Amino acid sequence: MQDVTIHITDRDGEKHTVLAPTDMAMNLMEIIRSYELAPEGTIGICGGMAMCASCQCYVTSKHRINTMEDEEEAMLSEAFNVKNNSRLSCQIPISDILNELEIELAPEC
Amino acid sequence: MIKTDILIIGAGPTGLFTVFEAGLLKLKCHLIDALPQPGGQCSELYPKKPIYDIPGFPEILAGDLTSNLLEQGKQFQPGFTLGERAETIEKLEDGSFIVTTNKGTQHHAPIIAIAGGLGSFEPRKPQLENIDMYEDNGLAYFIKDPEVYRDKKVVISGGGDSALDWSIYLADVASEVTLIHRRNEFRGALDSVERVQELKLINKINIITPAEITALHGETKIEGVSVTKDGETKTIEADAFIPLFGLSPKLGPIGDWGLEIEKNAIKVDTVDYQTNIPGIYAIGDVNTYEGKLKLILCGFHEATLMCQSAYKRLNPGKKYVLKYTTVSGINGFDGSRKESPKAVVKAIV
Repeated sequence: MQDVTIHITDRDGEKHTVLAPTDMAMNLMEIIRSYELAPEGTIGICGGMAMCASCQCYVTSKHRINTMEDEEEAMLSEAFNVKNNSRLSCQIPISDILNELEIELAPEC
Repeated sequence: MIKTDILIIGAGPTGLFTVFEAGLLKLKCHLIDALPQPGGQCSELYPKKPIYDIPGFPEILAGDLTSNLLEQGKQFQPGFTLGERAETIEKLEDGSFIVTTNKGTQHHAPIIAIAGGLGSFEPRKPQLENIDMYEDNGLAYFIKDPEVYRDKKVVISGGGDSALDWSIYLADVASEVTLIHRRNEFRGALDSVERVQELKLINKINIITPAEITALHGETKIEGVSVTKDGETKTIEADAFIPLFGLSPKLGPIGDWGLEIEKNAIKVDTVDYQTNIPGIYAIGDVNTYEGKLKLILCGFHEATLMCQSAYKRLNPGKKYVLKYTTVSGINGFDGSRKESPKAVVKAIV
């Protein structure tokens, strides 16, 4: 499979369905940026190193995605607006298992 | 009033390299940055992360890149206004500018170079009622002078390097240090975590985890904080509260300077990276133009072209030939001179 379908609710509550390539080593934060679903400068500030929480999202579908690693967990422990389903989208690589994934962008902080 | 040739707003890699390029043209620089130390994101967010796409460095730590850039520009004696944010700008009749910071420091320069990256880094503030009221009244997001906390009861909140480092430092300054974090695990250098553990064992630091600050108390200044742990809330006495939850970049007041903005970035002419206001340039991640790439090496290129343009603007009609440092060497403003060794040519008879 080359592309997966992902449903993203932006910070204004608007829903977008986008196609994400699985063969370009992209992560979910980069997909959000490439489709310009959040204003430039408000998402992926650290570039994807799990060192800011600007790309925090809530996973609202029941997908079993990659396990959170220590750096992501630690960053989320310092972030605001964190829920049980919070993830840093920069730490979610695009792969086949994400097909039909539903996420919601966390508020900017 | 601080006077300079080029006032650089932002002391990240691009701003620091501007000092060197301007110095080659005998232009003096002064830098303003909201952070208390130079280096921008590189030193604030990821000083220990290796960067692989700096030309000539197969691998360099972000913090080392900052140190090298400071060293490279040192001979041109840049001035720094750190821990202050450029707030307002005023254009004078002669075309020069006065930039005033949020602390009231005034700077006068004919050229402004905005090298602000993603904007000025603002502390991420916990969502606590009346938090603004306590700012500078016992609540601080940066520590500029640790002596302010001598013999005081200090509460630090956060789980990263800053929270650990300042807890360790203040353990010998404050009468009481309490570190509060949402988790039992801390995100910091291992030796810092171990040092905090040691200080906890000898009662120099109190640690409350997993817990959160849920309220601030005091009539006009911090007198205590509420800490919630396992659903129970208690109030502890405090003279100072230092929340250290990292930084978030905001374009900030620069966005109100009349510059043309597109997607949170400043539009520039790619000829010389000048903005729509003559004399004000924007270089590095803060600017935007067709084909823009937010890479440090692109910032270096933009800084170089911008300095050439600034030179022409300051010296209209004056002839200038681009010189290579291998040929002309470097004459520092501090009297230093660097040049390549002369080759010895011997006649062969």
